[in-house]
Parts: sequence; structure tokens; C-alpha cells
Amino acid sequence: MDNPATYLHWGFILISVPNAALILGMIVLFVLALLAPFPGHSGDRSEEHRER
Amino acid sequence: MSAAIDPEARGSWTLALRRYLLRRLPPEHLLPERQPAFVRSWTYVLGAITLASLVWVVISGAVCAFFGPQWWHVSPQGRFFNSLHFWGTQVFFVFMVLHLWAQFFGAGWRDGRALTWVTGVLLFVLSIGTAFTGYLSQENFDSQWIGVNAKDAMNGAGIGAFFNVLNFGQMYGLHVLLLPGGLLLFVAVHLLLVRMRGVVRPLSETPR
Repeated sequence: MDNPATYLHWGFILISVPNAALILGMIVLFVLALLAPFPGHSGDRSEEHRER
Repeated sequence: MSAAIDPEARGSWTLALRRYLLRRLPPEHLLPERQPAFVRSWTYVLGAITLASLVWVVISGAVCAFFGPQWWHVSPQGRFFNSLHFWGTQVFFVFMVLHLWAQFFGAGWRDGRALTWVTGVLLFVLSIGTAFTGYLSQENFDSQWIGVNAKDAMNGAGIGAFFNVLNFGQMYGLHVLLLPGGLLLFVAVHLLLVRMRGVVRPLSETPR
């Protein structure tokens, strides 16, 4: 933990491995949130959404 | 009640305010028991997780503020609550950014929800300031390193004279009182706006 992080370097992109891993993890979480089925009943699609 | 003392007849501001609030914030919208079917998605949970982690951060921060820096650095309980505060902040930022992505790509400002989006942006900026002053308030070498480097940025931006990152008292006061106060106020406004307008319909379900 006290050692400097390893850095990835492609052209003008310079990013530490922990930061790159965190961003990748967030992208994976985002895709999962979009695609993963939500638990419970399938829902009543006839229900009207309120908009005022 | 006679007409002479009828608040309605006198144009009472409390009555006017009550009617306005009931019109804009009816109780069934503030605490709905049902949601539209499209809310059954994990993307609508991201904001709720952000809010839940904020609750953890506020509670663990209050405990740390009560016992003070020596406690949170030295005792095992203090280190535990300090870690809760730190990791709660990491979770808060991760899910706030995921919530931001979901609202950005879903155009969450549609159908009169611009102010909801704007308060979200303000919350994002306020959160960065609150986290920054938190890093400066750690009372360790890490906070000194951040402070010494950040002072040049503050001076370069021309605000170093009244935002002194090397002044622990000022940074700590900002971190535990003013910035969280503003943050909680805007969270309340943000949630009220969400309740007033309802959550935005997904782009795929928007009538063309």
C-alpha cells in the first residue's frame, strides 16, 4: 500500500492501474445495471406514469 | 368563524403557502405506494445506493467528529469508523457517477426535469468539495501532501487568500459543517423534485 502505483501508458494516456481497474469495474457495474433482470414480479405495464 | 377573522378572507400567507405546497407536493406523490413498471430496473437503484452510502458517511463522520482525530487514528474502534467514513465515500462517489451516467444517457432532464438535473450537478460539485476538505482533514502525512500540492492550485485559481488548504481549522469546519449542510439541503431539494415530477420515462418507452 505504501509503494507507488504502477502506471499504464499509451500515447497521451497515463493512468494508474488502481484507477484503471476502478473505471473498468464501474463500466461493468453500469452494463450489469442495464442488462441484469430485476428480481420480483414482471410488473403491471398498464400502470400510468404520473407527469405534472 | 366570522368572515372578519377568516384567514381565507384576509389572504393569509400561511394558507396560500399551504395550498401551494399541497398543490405541488400532494402526500400521495411524496410517499407513493406504487411506481411505474419501467422503474423495475437496476438503473433506478443507483441513486438509492448513492443516498444509502451518504447516510453511512454522515453517521460515521458524526461519530468521528464526536471523538476527534486522536481517536480515529489510534484506537481500533476509531480506525474502524474512519475506514467506514472513507470507504463509504468511495461507494458514494462510484454510485453517484453511475447514477450520473444513467441519467445522462437516459436524458433524465426531459419533461420539465431540468431543475432536477441542475441540482444533481450542484450536488456533484459540492460532493467534490466536501471530499476534498475531508482528505485535508485526515490529520496525517497524506493530508499534508495533498494540502501542500493543492495550495498552488488554489493560488493559481486566485482563491488561495480566502480558501487556505493548509489551515486545518478552516478545512475541518468546511468539511463537517458548511459543505455537508449545503449537500444535505440540495439532496432534500433533489429528492423533492424527483417526487414532484416522478422518475423519467426511459427513452425506449417515450411515445414518438
